[in-house]
Amino acid sequence: MSDITAEHVPTEAREQQKVAAPGPWAWARANLFGSWWSTAVTLALGYVILRILFAALEWGVVNAIWTVPYGPTGIANTAVCQNAKGVGACWAVLADKYRLILFGRYPYEEQWRPAIVVLLFIGLYIVSGIRRFWRKELALIWIGTLTAVGALMWGGFAGMPLVTEDYWGGLPITLILATFGLAFSFPLAVLVALGRRSTQMPAVKMLCVVYVELIRGVPLISVLFMASVMFPLFMPPGLNIDKLLRAQIAIILFAAAYLAEVVRGGLQALPKGQAEAADALGLSYWKKTGFIILPQALRLVIPPLVNTFIGFFKDTSLVLIIGLFDLLTMGKVALSDPPWQSFSTEVYIGLAVIYIAFCFAMSKYSRSLERDLNRSRAR
Amino acid sequence: MSQATADPRLIAARHAPKRRMRLSWSDPAFRAIVWQVVIVGIVAAIAWYLISNTSENLAARHIATGFAFLDRVAGIPIGESMIPYNPAVNTYGRALLIGVLNTLQVAVIGIVLATILGTLIGIGRLSKNWLLAKLTAFYVEVLRDIPLLLQLLFWYTILQGLPVPRQALHIGNAFFLTNRGMRVPLLEWQPAHTWALLAFAIGVIGTILWNKRATRQQEATGRRPATWPVALGLLVGLPVVVWAILGAPFTLDLPALKGFNFQGGGTVSPEYFALLVGLVTYTASYIAEIVRSGIQAIPKGQWEAAEALGLRPAAVLRQVILPQALRVIIPPMTSQYLNLTKNSSLAIAIGFQDVVSIANTTLNQTGQAIEGIAYIMAVYLTISLSISLFMNWYNARIALVER
Repeated sequence: MSDITAEHVPTEAREQQKVAAPGPWAWARANLFGSWWSTAVTLALGYVILRILFAALEWGVVNAIWTVPYGPTGIANTAVCQNAKGVGACWAVLADKYRLILFGRYPYEEQWRPAIVVLLFIGLYIVSGIRRFWRKELALIWIGTLTAVGALMWGGFAGMPLVTEDYWGGLPITLILATFGLAFSFPLAVLVALGRRSTQMPAVKMLCVVYVELIRGVPLISVLFMASVMFPLFMPPGLNIDKLLRAQIAIILFAAAYLAEVVRGGLQALPKGQAEAADALGLSYWKKTGFIILPQALRLVIPPLVNTFIGFFKDTSLVLIIGLFDLLTMGKVALSDPPWQSFSTEVYIGLAVIYIAFCFAMSKYSRSLERDLNRSRAR
Repeated sequence: MSQATADPRLIAARHAPKRRMRLSWSDPAFRAIVWQVVIVGIVAAIAWYLISNTSENLAARHIATGFAFLDRVAGIPIGESMIPYNPAVNTYGRALLIGVLNTLQVAVIGIVLATILGTLIGIGRLSKNWLLAKLTAFYVEVLRDIPLLLQLLFWYTILQGLPVPRQALHIGNAFFLTNRGMRVPLLEWQPAHTWALLAFAIGVIGTILWNKRATRQQEATGRRPATWPVALGLLVGLPVVVWAILGAPFTLDLPALKGFNFQGGGTVSPEYFALLVGLVTYTASYIAEIVRSGIQAIPKGQWEAAEALGLRPAAVLRQVILPQALRVIIPPMTSQYLNLTKNSSLAIAIGFQDVVSIANTTLNQTGQAIEGIAYIMAVYLTISLSISLFMNWYNARIALVER
């Protein structure tokens, strides 16, 4: 079905372009004023869009306040902003709080470390996105980067003072939860997906089905609650596990169920002949799976995998509810400072821009990848 | 085909009686059993370890177990409730039931609104009008790239920034928008309305029967009798006549400003409003993409063939395109409905009292974390399974019937 779509759309677009070739006026007539109905839509939408655009420019740029004076004790004097409320944006709140929002309560002089961590994560995403690196060594790059991330965040060597998890916060937490979540849930997901497709082991299949359906049937919030209030009861008395780690485990277990379904989709899409040929060659189950099935199946699921990752990236914001200091929580913390309390719109817009930057880049990449990978199948 | 040409001896081998399992590592069947015993054993051991730890911890902390707390007086104040509730008298069981009802209410209304909005936007993306297509594409892209929780907090902030009741934004003297929520006029319910509603229900049944009769007649004679006059009469005429015979009572309970707040009318709290707006706009961006790809999956030839048969545009859409598009749309739509329902649990962040919020308060008050979370999970699992079952049934109904 999707093949038809992929093929169908560009043809139509090409036809439209052919008609629209002779210049902007003809283009506008074809695409904006094609019928009286289309003209009405264009005029109405154009009016509304321009109104909103001008209002937004007026609020966000023309009347906006970028800096505020500071009192002798270093407390911001936000009287200017209070006066401009409703008329102009107060971006000064972001100028004042961006370090807190991005890096949380990490010691101020040491904040270059989380900054490098953020860059490391972005570099990791970019490297993973380049197809030349899609080989087994990529796993090593991931292990290396994630180790470096841990080392930088904790410190305690080479002149870097130790910083415990209690002081971590902001963007690195969001990236850690999402990326470590993916890295650890992925192997688990592959095993669960293989287990769910097993024909010889009904008991294992049953376990996998129950796990996947149970997790997918409940909201992430309930799993996070489980991690924050129930998990301590599970552990032997005297053993306390840090809240961040508990949330991370919850996210891994949650993500694994969803990823397992994605991987299962790839396994199902693979022609049966591949497995039969491997059997005919006399390969053992693990050799067959590791050398024949998974390399092909995982390649098929990379675009949906990226989409799932975007979902987790957004879902990490839910740790706000159990009181972990991710990017969104730090935004709220910044807003709890009395002088800035009433400027939540500005802070939320700032946070939205960060989330959009990450998610948009990833979804754009995922779509182009899908097109590229489908090119061989398009006639 | 390969079976038909296969060596008869192979077929015989395939149907041969089951061979006996050897107790040897080289026998795959034996290996499978050993592996299963090992894996199930490990899982059981972990479960046993966790359960024994838990019971030890519970005993050490003197936490009660079991669901006896459901019968105790709750004392949780609940702002919005579909059934009567008094925190001083009613039990935890009732409080949690209200939570479930609130969750269901948000989910059902949210699903309906998100489907409508999402379908409109999805069709808008396919519009020939460039501006409309780009604007809807922009909507989809932006809404999908921002975490729902951030969107909910944003909407909630916006609603809290609305004017106080004295300076309420209003439409006429009926709808008021304030920082304490939306006030809407309510109809004063009288027996005549119940009868009119009953007449409407009869009208619905009558219309369905009449349509079936029309279809039978069409199959028999090739001509379809007009159905719309009957449908109009049954659906609109009958209830109106019943209402008019009973004296046509119509009084509105209008909200009016008394002191610092409004009296009368119905209220939509800012929490509920923010949750609904956030859920609907967010889910609609996903539904729009599903609808768009569903419509695009129908080859152009189907439109052309239907038009060539002389069908009217509405009939082309209803009889030819939609039945095929729905087959593509329904499965991903189901998972969006499930997502919306599960996402409604974010209500706790903006203070709407859904089942998660009330169960959370309950487990904080009683200390019985396991029961509280088990309750939440059981509720969502039940809802998820019900939606899946219903959508699977609907999917099977519209599936391609090959003769």
